[in-house]
Amino acid sequence: MAKVKGDILIDIEKCKGCELCAAACPQGSLELSRKLNSKGYHYIVRIVDNCTGCTNCALVCPEGIIKVYRKTDKKKEPVATITNVTGDITVTVQS
Amino acid sequence: MKELKLMKGNEALAEAAIRSGCDGYFGYPITPQSEVLEYLTQHAKERTGMVVLQAESEIASINMIYGAAGTGKKVMTSSSSPGISLMQEGISYIACAELPCLLVNVVRGGPGLGTIQPSQGDYFQTVKGGGHGDYRLIVLAPSTVQEMVDHVKLGFDLAFKWRNPVMILSDGALGQMMEKVELFPQMPRTNEIYPWATTGKTKDRERTIITSLHIQPDKMQEINLHLQKKYKAIEVEEIRYEMIDCEDADLVLVAFGLVARICQKAAQLAKEKGIKVGVFRPISLFPYPYKALNQLADNVKAFLTVEMNAGQMVEDVRLAVNGKIPVEFTGRMGGIIPTPEEILNKIEEIYVGETA
Amino acid sequence: MNEKRLLEEEKHFETMIAEESLCSNENLVYEKPETLIDTPMHYCPGCGHGVAHRLIAEVVAELDIQDETIGVAPVGCSVFAYNYLNMDMTEAAHGRASAVATGIKRVLPDKYVFSYQGDGDLAAIGTGETIHTCNRGENILMIFINNGIYGMTGGQMAPTTLVGMKSTTTPFGRDVEIMGNPLKITELIAQLPGVYYCTRVAVNTPNNVRKAKKAIMNGFKYQELKKGLSFVEIVSNCPSNWKMTPIESNKWLEENMLPYYPLGDLKVPQNPQKAV
Repeated sequence: MAKVKGDILIDIEKCKGCELCAAACPQGSLELSRKLNSKGYHYIVRIVDNCTGCTNCALVCPEGIIKVYRKTDKKKEPVATITNVTGDITVTVQS
Repeated sequence: MKELKLMKGNEALAEAAIRSGCDGYFGYPITPQSEVLEYLTQHAKERTGMVVLQAESEIASINMIYGAAGTGKKVMTSSSSPGISLMQEGISYIACAELPCLLVNVVRGGPGLGTIQPSQGDYFQTVKGGGHGDYRLIVLAPSTVQEMVDHVKLGFDLAFKWRNPVMILSDGALGQMMEKVELFPQMPRTNEIYPWATTGKTKDRERTIITSLHIQPDKMQEINLHLQKKYKAIEVEEIRYEMIDCEDADLVLVAFGLVARICQKAAQLAKEKGIKVGVFRPISLFPYPYKALNQLADNVKAFLTVEMNAGQMVEDVRLAVNGKIPVEFTGRMGGIIPTPEEILNKIEEIYVGETA
Repeated sequence: MNEKRLLEEEKHFETMIAEESLCSNENLVYEKPETLIDTPMHYCPGCGHGVAHRLIAEVVAELDIQDETIGVAPVGCSVFAYNYLNMDMTEAAHGRASAVATGIKRVLPDKYVFSYQGDGDLAAIGTGETIHTCNRGENILMIFINNGIYGMTGGQMAPTTLVGMKSTTTPFGRDVEIMGNPLKITELIAQLPGVYYCTRVAVNTPNNVRKAKKAIMNGFKYQELKKGLSFVEIVSNCPSNWKMTPIESNKWLEENMLPYYPLGDLKVPQNPQKAV
């Protein structure tokens, strides 16, 4: 089972605190900070560590200030099974 | 080998547009100049492939001109007084954005819906403003069908030389009358790309923005100062006028366009009666030949300005003369063309006054 | 006090890379395109203009047509659209953007030309130009931002203001007796044969944003077919003049604007050829 892990970077200086990204986030992981940026807006921060990198927030952001990252962890699974070996075989591992 | 043809004013203008390598004409029908659009829809496509589009209104026309002129193409429109009124906002935008284009006003009697007969009642609108803000058009006033042709070529040259709209101020009679014209050879359409034009932002340059919106007052002032500087330069370089028999004249008739030709006849009639009359014909109405008129005022006793309006260009004559000599006025309104005899009567009236 | 929350706040405060292994270029799945100029936009918080601009920029970048695109900006809140879109643009007089776009496209028929207008520009003062540009079937994309109000001039009624909706010039709500019904200009022009593609989208939810982008993408690509005009209406919000928060405004949009201006295609090409 692949596990998707995501993260976002927000240019908080350009954030106007409209909260549309928070409303669009299916994980509920965004909220307004109590702090203010230099324009006087409360900016958005990620408060829960469960981002899947779905890009919903970035899509609705009117300022275009969200960058979305996503990584999929793949568990190492065997790709093949060799059966019915009756003689010697030579296995060369490709690096 | 000269190419001579008997042509109607409006059609000659349209033919000149094709031969000037014009890329686009966007216009709307209005009497007395609809033939310009009609001629172009019939002939232009097969000759040069230029765009000819009948727009839904004069407002749409001038805005199409604005868009197309912004790409650096040679474009023009024509209309008559009420339609030109509709175009004023667009003209102001074009002037501020410094886009080249050619405009033609085949003036009819006004104000309001008026009449379709000729008039010179749009002098103020054309020369002094018309649209909002401090801008000027380069204005040419043809008095023959030949000049209707020549001013198209000249107009485009001036428009691109100065990045300014140029207006040909004609009238309904010139538009409709037929005269022999010599046509200049076909010029090719070009694909020149100007640095100020919107043609698609390539990697090697910044994006081009064509706008007349400059919200910061400092910036707006800067733009205005630049425009004024340009107009001053135009006033030095582009003055055009004609003087006929002014050398030893006692009285000079000052008139533009068609009226100047009637004045020539009136001057002839006056000469037969022993009155020495000359004719001063401004050809460029902006820039106006103030200096030439002022100098002429040193050698004559009076000016008589003749116009087909209530007295518009006469104000510029008075400005030029600056009180040196009397400046009289006679004019007809409502689309009526003054006769040489009427003008002669006025000449005699003034002359008697002068010599008394 | 949520410890974890404070931690996250500290981490992101300077917009530094928080988790270096994750926030690296190889994992980047979304960022705004370079065709959108990296500068703060003057629009109110939560305004749909910002998304609409970004979608245009994305489409132009993805189709790689920045050097062949010319846009026309309107008068209205988005009069400064040319400050945000990194492409050649012309500022039109109020209402006349489609005429300006016509002039450009007629003399440069191989360029991608789009106009961008609000509800006053396109459906009030510009109605004549709108109808005739559509009727002639100019091969351009007309983008129509409909938020049922005049933003820039301070919240007056628009032709698309809903019945009963308050504005500074309908302080008691739009009265049909005095001002008539909201104008469904898109339905009107969709009937014209010159219109090749006509659709209505919104940008209030992520799914709607995806659909809006698709519509704009079509609007650019169909120009290659030279079969007529593409018209994309984006029903949008105006939190400031609707006097709501951005989130409230999107809710109000769903409950009030969308029933009257339903999303979806009004006209689709029957067998759209794939643009070469």
